[in-house]
Amino acid sequence: MPDINLEILIPEIFLFLWALFLFVFDLGTKRKNHQLIGYLAMFGVAVAALLLAAYHGGQGFNRMFLSDNLALFFKVIFLGSAFMAIGSSFDIASQKIKHHRGEYYGLILFSTVGMMFLSSAGELISLYIGLELTTIPLYALVAYYKDDRTSVESGLKYLIVGAFSSAILLYGLSLLYGLTGTTDIVEMKLNLSLVFISFERIGPALILAMIMVIAGIGFKLALVPFHMWAPDVYQGAPTPITALLSVGSKAAGVVAFLRIFVDGLYGFADTIMSPLNWGAVVAVLAAAAVVLGNITALYQKNIKRMLAYSSIAQIGYVMIGMVAVSKLGIASVGFYMFIYLFANMGAFAVATIFNDKTGSDSIRAYAGLSRTSPALAAFMAVFLLSLAGIPPLGGFAAKYLVFAAGIEAGYTWLVILGLLMAVVSLYYYAYVIKMMYFSSETPSFSIKSPLSANIVLVLGVAGLLVFGIYPEPILNFALTTARSLGF
Amino acid sequence: MNFPILSYLIFIPLLGFLAVLFLPKEKHNAIRWVASIFSFIPMVLAFWLTFDYYFAFSGSADFVYVEGPFEWIAPIHAQYFLGVDGISVPMLFLTGLLSFLSIIVSFNITHRVKEYFAFFLLLETGMIGVFCALDFFLFYVFWEVMLVPMYFLIGVWGGPRKEYAAIKFFLYTLFGSIFMLVAILILYFTSEPHTLNIVELIQTAPGFMARTPQMICFIFFFVAFAIKVPVWPFHTWLPDAHVEAPTAVSVILAGVLLKMGTYGMMRISWPMFPEMVRYFHIPIALLGLIAIIYGALVSMAQKDLKKLVAYSSVSHMGYCMLALAAYGSVTAMAGCMFQMFSHGLITGALFMLVGVIYDRAHTREIAAFGGLGVKLPVYTGLMVLFSMASLGLPGMSGFVSEFMVFVGAFITPTLKVITALAVLGVVLTAGYMLRMVQNVFLGEFDRSKWNHLTEINVREILMVSPLAVLTIVIGVYPSPLSNIMKATLQNLVNLMAR
Repeated sequence: MPDINLEILIPEIFLFLWALFLFVFDLGTKRKNHQLIGYLAMFGVAVAALLLAAYHGGQGFNRMFLSDNLALFFKVIFLGSAFMAIGSSFDIASQKIKHHRGEYYGLILFSTVGMMFLSSAGELISLYIGLELTTIPLYALVAYYKDDRTSVESGLKYLIVGAFSSAILLYGLSLLYGLTGTTDIVEMKLNLSLVFISFERIGPALILAMIMVIAGIGFKLALVPFHMWAPDVYQGAPTPITALLSVGSKAAGVVAFLRIFVDGLYGFADTIMSPLNWGAVVAVLAAAAVVLGNITALYQKNIKRMLAYSSIAQIGYVMIGMVAVSKLGIASVGFYMFIYLFANMGAFAVATIFNDKTGSDSIRAYAGLSRTSPALAAFMAVFLLSLAGIPPLGGFAAKYLVFAAGIEAGYTWLVILGLLMAVVSLYYYAYVIKMMYFSSETPSFSIKSPLSANIVLVLGVAGLLVFGIYPEPILNFALTTARSLGF
Repeated sequence: MNFPILSYLIFIPLLGFLAVLFLPKEKHNAIRWVASIFSFIPMVLAFWLTFDYYFAFSGSADFVYVEGPFEWIAPIHAQYFLGVDGISVPMLFLTGLLSFLSIIVSFNITHRVKEYFAFFLLLETGMIGVFCALDFFLFYVFWEVMLVPMYFLIGVWGGPRKEYAAIKFFLYTLFGSIFMLVAILILYFTSEPHTLNIVELIQTAPGFMARTPQMICFIFFFVAFAIKVPVWPFHTWLPDAHVEAPTAVSVILAGVLLKMGTYGMMRISWPMFPEMVRYFHIPIALLGLIAIIYGALVSMAQKDLKKLVAYSSVSHMGYCMLALAAYGSVTAMAGCMFQMFSHGLITGALFMLVGVIYDRAHTREIAAFGGLGVKLPVYTGLMVLFSMASLGLPGMSGFVSEFMVFVGAFITPTLKVITALAVLGVVLTAGYMLRMVQNVFLGEFDRSKWNHLTEINVREILMVSPLAVLTIVIGVYPSPLSNIMKATLQNLVNLMAR
């Protein structure tokens, strides 16, 4: 008798139904009330979070759906990123997408449901389905400014790259299935350790499978060298969607990586256990991401492109925690993504508000912002300093943990490189601060952000300060996620 | 000890920071007074702490007024752990005094007043925190917290090249800090059980660490601290930052921030890696010698008054490095402490006085002045007083400290030649200081150009007079200060003989 255990799916089911409700509601009210539908979407996310707290733990559908701590932790991140993306979209909804508000919010929720499914996937097929459910609504969302050439172009780019990478991923997964005879990740781990003795027999196929899966997930994570699409897509997409892409969808990729590699392919993480190891490969990719992301970000004039390259670098830091393949490493990955949620969503929220008012994404346009809009400038400064890893903000604790995990695992070179590049990153983050504070220009506009956006900004800063000064609760929670992966 | 005085010291300025943030930005005077009150209280507490320490604890080398260790972030063993000893108490005294005086100096800031004082109080929290923290995580957090307000203070209120100077300072010091972070992590993971407790690591680190990791950690810490001091060749951020920074920020920069480098060495690197200190002491002394001579020579070539004082800091901090290299001598260590303390007083005062003339004349070019002694007798008197103190005239604190440094270094057999060469620095210092005094205050007075200059006012006299009094008191009667630190320094030397 298969155990279905439907009740652990309640948060996802609710969110799905709520998205449908938003579609209908928007039509029913003749698309008049842009404020209310936005708040309804935020309310739905909050309710989903409450339901998540009430119904978690256990597994369903014969281990296809795991509601373990890892899933729970990342679902909090997904819901948080959806909440903050919706909160910063109000002005866009009232000005630019008047005729499709319901769909906009509904698609964000659909994508969030996909991420939640993905994080709970206990086997490869449901993992793949979760990934597709995440990205397909995002294709539409990226191209949401139908009349804007760059938005449509970036939507198309994202679609092609996304479809291509999904195909590669699927090929890799099918090879893994062929080698192990199962799609269940834990069973896969056991089977691999059984055939390990005759490693030579499956070696080449396993290498091919690992490369394909790394590439497939690497595209979703915008991990170097699979990152080329990211800056263009980030620049063209509506800014809240860019934020969602850079936080929610990346966190989804991180979970997939944790499940497949850190758990399923645990035995092939370092050279002691097998002659081929994905740890070394991913360490090199992480180094490349950190170097390339940070150096390229130095030359950006557009705030969204700058944040795009910065997020390429940030994922490199996450990967340092990943290759540690340890309890601390897994916890640091989770913690990093959690803090990154506040900092990056916050920075993009400021960029959104700024763009709504001025129509510009150029960093130069921020000159003197602190004179006329001191609060907004201060928020931006906090988000950027956290991204740079300056204490006592959350970004420091996150970087500290990732580097600690790296040192513990013996990747000292990677840590030193990461730290050096963190110094480089300070330059471009501080450049924006310099513009906002040091410039002698006085801008002609003063920005008053709407209430919903203020909620997002305050939430972001509060998260960074509270969890920067007192990270213990989240860190303990993150440490329990390691247990879900057998550490 | 139930009254957590150190926490009050650290967090009262932070409260002031919040208080200033909630004041309306048009009320300049309210903001100024709130900021002065919130830096006055820590100063009083720091004074009280110094006297209490002097009478109650100066005979022991233990950490006192200890708070904690309390669990802070249990999974990574970060603790909230504060305490002071004979090395940190004088530094807290100096920090409390200079912070308050700098706030008073800053009363003439009229541009974005609210943000200025908010950042200044935040900076004070960071500085006091560094001198109290006994846990590596906490120490590092305070160490870095200072950078942000400093960056803004230079960048917003600085001179023409402020943006360049601000980012250079920020990047340079962050670059140093990352090496410290790696060293901290290495120490953490090699200790068993893992700990970030500085007091514990001082006791155990020489035991559990092999030679190579010790060397790596020592070098990493050294780079971090040397950038802060700054030791040649890491000094290039200093002249830029000093020249561009507003007066009060220069005072803090020279008076307190530079001391953090040498403080870090005395608190962390030296007792934790005694073997490495012995191994590297000659190169360290050489760096000190280069700083002394090079700083003095470059000072000599300066045309800008503030740059001259800035480079003289490089030279003066070189004496500290020379003293630290004489690891076996309590006299040298005391000389280092005295030099840190008196350099804080003297250079702080010199920067204030340079600020005074700059406010009136809007130039700092030495050649532009001449014969100011005729027009500004009081100002000239003060300036000459501190210049004499800076060049080490007997009867002032600068002489005491330099004398102790030379004696302590000279009795170390391996450093005899280096010390002998370093004494040349005194002559060079006298050279540039006297030349400056001659060109600015003596000679022909250009009445047509400088007739409008007004004499130094009461507020300005009040802000340098405590420094003048302390400079002379320590110069004439140094023993109270040396009693405060004697036991701690003896213990430090004992730790380094391991």
